[in-house]
Amino acid sequence: MRKPLLAALALAVSTAAHADETVITLKNAPGRDVVMNNCAACHSLDYIQMNSPFPDQKVWEAEVTKMIKAFGAPIDDADAKTIIDYLSRNYGTGGPT
Amino acid sequence: RKAVAAEGLGLDPHLPAGTLSEAALEALPGKVPLIKLSYRPPNYETPLRYFNDLFTPNDAFFVRYHLSDIPEVDPNTWGLTIGGDAAAKPFELTLDALKRDFAPIEIAALCQCAGNRRGLFDPHVPGVEWGYGAMGNARWKGVRLKDILERANLAKETIEISFQGTDGPAFDKTPHFVKSIPIWKALDPDTLVAYEMNGQALPHFNGAPARIVVPGWAGTYWMKHVTRITARSTPEDNFWMKAAYRIPTGKFPLVQRFLSQETVASTPITEMVVNSVITAPAAGDAVRMGSTLTVKGVAWDGGYGITSVEVSTDEGQSWARATLGPDVGRYSFRPWTFQVRATSKGPLTLMARASNAIGQTQTSALIQNPAGYHHNLMHRVSVTVA
Ligand code: HEC
Repeated sequence: MRKPLLAALALAVSTAAHADETVITLKNAPGRDVVMNNCAACHSLDYIQMNSPFPDQKVWEAEVTKMIKAFGAPIDDADAKTIIDYLSRNYGTGGPT
Repeated sequence: RKAVAAEGLGLDPHLPAGTLSEAALEALPGKVPLIKLSYRPPNYETPLRYFNDLFTPNDAFFVRYHLSDIPEVDPNTWGLTIGGDAAAKPFELTLDALKRDFAPIEIAALCQCAGNRRGLFDPHVPGVEWGYGAMGNARWKGVRLKDILERANLAKETIEISFQGTDGPAFDKTPHFVKSIPIWKALDPDTLVAYEMNGQALPHFNGAPARIVVPGWAGTYWMKHVTRITARSTPEDNFWMKAAYRIPTGKFPLVQRFLSQETVASTPITEMVVNSVITAPAAGDAVRMGSTLTVKGVAWDGGYGITSVEVSTDEGQSWARATLGPDVGRYSFRPWTFQVRATSKGPLTLMARASNAIGQTQTSALIQNPAGYHHNLMHRVSVTVA
């Protein structure tokens, strides 16, 4: 039931054709595709950039859990782990060691 | 491209680095370029200089949505349903009937997002990382919610009135944005269903064709594109009431309480705290040595009334009173001005602090809270005298 990125972008076009969110590029690092496939269904990816780089791993974990539990994001455990890892390394304080 | 854009925007450098690099000036249809924080849903803030005007132009008025499915509403087919378990006589209104059947009223009021200035929290908290511009002051024309509710024959047991708009989630499992207010606030003669702002029909992105206006209270209750008003004998029980828009109970000096939603730990945000901004000069402006500088700004609170604004040019050691501008109503921006002579070369830092009629003053130490609401630290602007 996962929404692939294409569906997300099509939706963006239908509800807000003026908003050119395709200019958003997330940092190229392992896990980026999983993030782009799971985190753009309901909002543009600038939500991630805007909320960076202050969150530590715990805060990113809480955010991803909130997306799943409170907002119904259909993300399985393995993907959630990959996403948390990618975000804390690239958009958080838990950068590459 | 983005970095250049952000610099030109005069964004506060204390915003998260990620916000500073992704924010950009972008125009939504019908709007002048505003500061884009997110494309979808659209979250766009008003640049500070627009608050040099007492009323914020409709095309520069900030835009805030939580959910990304935002249909354009046709005013000719739009309908407002009034119902709920506590309404004995449910009914529906067209836009024509709304305008025809009830006495019109116009109120000047500030609409401010609860999270305005969230981006300036230290330490940062997650959310839309607003700077100063998630607010706007307008003249709202509409009808009293109380007059509409009267026709529904409300039961004595009514404790809350809830609102729903046409915008909804992209994903069916995401909770719809539904908000409630306590019955006493719904019956306040200043609480409106508005269809005009600043003499014009509401712009699409500000809630066309009709929205709720709750003067003095945070923008979260000002439901846009409202289509359903529900009288409830039980507390509204959804994510947006039970988990979001809450502050630690007792932590802020607030008067108005939303008791049917309050717990020992947390309570819904209600009225806005006393606050002000400096709108001119802009941060980084150059000022000529020996010249007299006119400092301008606006102040507001939850509707008790601004009684003074003071300005400091010595990092808060001493304060002098600014001159208050016209009072156009207790929920409106109150403009103020202050003259200062630039007598020594180098940086000059201006600070402003507002006080209200019930003795509240802006804070000099941020009141921390998990969602980053009620930021009313004194605003500072530094210019260079040369
Ligand atoms: C099913 C819908 C949905 C999906 C999928 C989703 N989000 Fe969200 N997200 C939301 C909603 C709704 C909000 C609140 C938006 C607002 O209030 O502006 C939000 C807000 C956020 C915020 C702002 C902070 C906050 O808590 O409000 C961040 C950061 C965020 N999402 C990150 C993510 C990431 C990372 C993913 C992928 C793991 C993701 N989102 C997937 C619905 C979703």
